[in-house]
Amino acid sequence: MKKIHKLVQLEKIANGVRQDIIAMLVEAGSGHSAGPLGMADVFTALYFNVLNHDPKRPGWDGRDRLYLSAGHICPVRYAAMIRAGYGKPAELKTLRKLGTRLQGHPALAHWPAVEASGGPLGQGISVAVGAALAARMDGKKHFVFCVTGDGELDEGQAWEAFMFAGKKRLNNLIAIVDRNNIQIDGHTEDVLPLEPLRDKFEAFNWHVLEVDGNNIEQVIDACEFAKTIYEKPTVILAHTVPGKGVDYMEFDPAWHGKTPEAGEQAREALRQLRSLGGQIEPE
Amino acid sequence: MKLHPAAKLHPKLGRKNVEMIATRDGYGKGIVEAGKKDPHVVVLCCDLTESTRSHWFAETFPERFVEVGVAEQNMAGMAAGMALNGKVPFISSYAVFSPGRNWDQVRVSICYNRANVKVAGAHAGISVGPDGATHQALEDIAIARVLPNMTVIVPCDAEETRKATLAAAARRGPVYIRFGREKTALMTTAQTPFTIGKVQLFKDGKDVTLLATGSLLYQTVLAAQELQAEGIDAQVVNCHTIKPFDDKGVLALVRKTGAVVTVEEHQIHGGLRAAVAESLAAQFPVPVRAVGMPDAFGESGTPTELLEKYGMTVEAIVKQAREAIRLKKLK
Repeated sequence: MKKIHKLVQLEKIANGVRQDIIAMLVEAGSGHSAGPLGMADVFTALYFNVLNHDPKRPGWDGRDRLYLSAGHICPVRYAAMIRAGYGKPAELKTLRKLGTRLQGHPALAHWPAVEASGGPLGQGISVAVGAALAARMDGKKHFVFCVTGDGELDEGQAWEAFMFAGKKRLNNLIAIVDRNNIQIDGHTEDVLPLEPLRDKFEAFNWHVLEVDGNNIEQVIDACEFAKTIYEKPTVILAHTVPGKGVDYMEFDPAWHGKTPEAGEQAREALRQLRSLGGQIEPE
Repeated sequence: MKLHPAAKLHPKLGRKNVEMIATRDGYGKGIVEAGKKDPHVVVLCCDLTESTRSHWFAETFPERFVEVGVAEQNMAGMAAGMALNGKVPFISSYAVFSPGRNWDQVRVSICYNRANVKVAGAHAGISVGPDGATHQALEDIAIARVLPNMTVIVPCDAEETRKATLAAAARRGPVYIRFGREKTALMTTAQTPFTIGKVQLFKDGKDVTLLATGSLLYQTVLAAQELQAEGIDAQVVNCHTIKPFDDKGVLALVRKTGAVVTVEEHQIHGGLRAAVAESLAAQFPVPVRAVGMPDAFGESGTPTELLEKYGMTVEAIVKQAREAIRLKKLK
C-alpha cells in the first residue's frame, strides 16, 4: 500500500479513526474506550505509513506482520484497517455482533487479516516472537510488529517472551507498548508497578525507544529507527493519553473497560473529536 | 489366545519375554523421521531435551531445534506464531506442564487459531513413579479433549508412538500426543496399521469389550488371556485416538458384546472412560466399567507399586470385566 507522508493528512485520518471508535462502541454497547482512542495515532502511523502491506492481498507473504497482543483495544485496529481498505465503512457497525468479522477480541477464524486471535494477555507477544523466529529461520525480510498494553506486562508470559527474544537477538521484531498508565483496576503503578520499565527491557537485552505515542511523526520516526537496530529487538514505549481526544475520558482508568452511552455522552465525544476539542469548526 | 491377524501384532505379545521400549523413544525417532520428510518441521523444548527424547532431533537438525528454557507458556505461544508462518512445530515437555501449565495458551494461541502445532506430553501417567504426584499427569487427556480443533492421541507402545508422531506431522491442525517415561511392552510392529481416529481390534471376542488406551493395553491383553482361562471371550481394542472419537468403530465392536471396560492411566473422569460413555450413551447404552486413577492424586513409589495401589492392574481389568458382564445380564 502506498505510504502517506503528509502529517496533516495522517492526523486527519487518526481523528477519523477516533470518531469511528466512538461510533462503533456506542453501536456495540460494550467494549473498551480509553485504549483504542489513545492508540489511534500509533495505528494510523502503522497502517498508513510504517507497515509494508496490501489490503487487496492480506495473505501476501512479504507483508510486515502486526500482532495485537492487547486484543481488547481491537476497535482501533479494525477502524484503521477499514480506513486502509480492508473492509467497507458500514462493517464498523457490526462490531461484537453475531456473524461479524469484528469479534469482541480479534479472531483469526473470523478475519484472517488480523494475523492471530488475541485477548488473553501476554499470548500475542509469544506469537509475535515465534513469527519473528520463523521469519529469520527462513531468511525473510519482513518485520514483525507487536502491540502490547502496559497492564498486560503484569503477565509472566510477557517476560518469558521478552527474555527469549533478547536471547535470540530478534532484530526483525519491534514491540510497541501502549504506555497509558491505566488498567482496569486503576493506575498501573498502584495495581502492580512497572517502573523502571525502560531498565527492565534493557536488562532483558532489548533496545528501548520512548516516544509521545500521540505524536504521529515521533511514532513513525521511532519505527524507522527500530528497523535500523541490528543487534537486538526494539521496544518502543509509546506514552499515550488514554481516552485521547475526549476530555471526560482522558487519563481516567474508569474508561478503560466501558463505552460512552448513546445520546448526549456519545454526541459530546464526537463533537469534541470533530472540533479537535473546540480548536476548529467541525466539518 | 488368538490375536486379530489384521493388526499384525508382535509375535511375542502375550508371552513372558516381551520386548520393552519406552514410548518416548518412539517420539524421539518419530520427530527425526518427520523432520527428514518435511523441512518445515521444527522442535521446541523447555529444558527437558533429553528426557523427552528431543535431543535426537536437536542433534540431527540443530538449526531447526529451539531451546526455550523453562517457559511452557511462551513455548506454546511461539509455536503458534511459527505455525502461522509456515512451520510445523512439535513442542516437547512433560504433560503436567504442556498441556497442563500452558492450557490457556494451547486453547487460544494454538487451538483457536487452528495453528498447526503438535503438543507432545511426556512422562504422562502414574508410572512416572518416584517423582510423585506433581509430575504425574493424570488429567491431561481430559483437558486436551475438550478443546475444539484438537486431536488427541495416546499411543500404546514405542512403535505406535513413532507412527503417531509421523501421522501428527502429516495432519493439518493441533494434535496432542501423550506418552510415558518407563519402558513398556512392545505390542505392535512396523506392519501394524495406524490411522488417526480409528480404533484397532487386537483380539475379537463376544462377551465383553476391553477398550484400552496407552501402555495399559498390554495389561488388557493379559487380562483377556486370564478371562479366556475362565471361559470368558473378551474383545481387546486399542483406542489410541481419544479425539476425534471413533463412534462408528466402537459401536460396531460393542454391538457384538454389549458390555465394556475402559482401561487408562488417567483419572477415571474426563478421559477415555468419559469419551466411551458419552459415545455409547448417545447410540447404544451398555454397562461401562472403568479401570483408571480413582479421582485421586498419586504419590512416590515404583511404577508397579503405584499401578497396584491405585488399581490399574490385570486383576482389576479381569474384575471389572466380570462385573460388566454381570450388569449386562441384569438388563
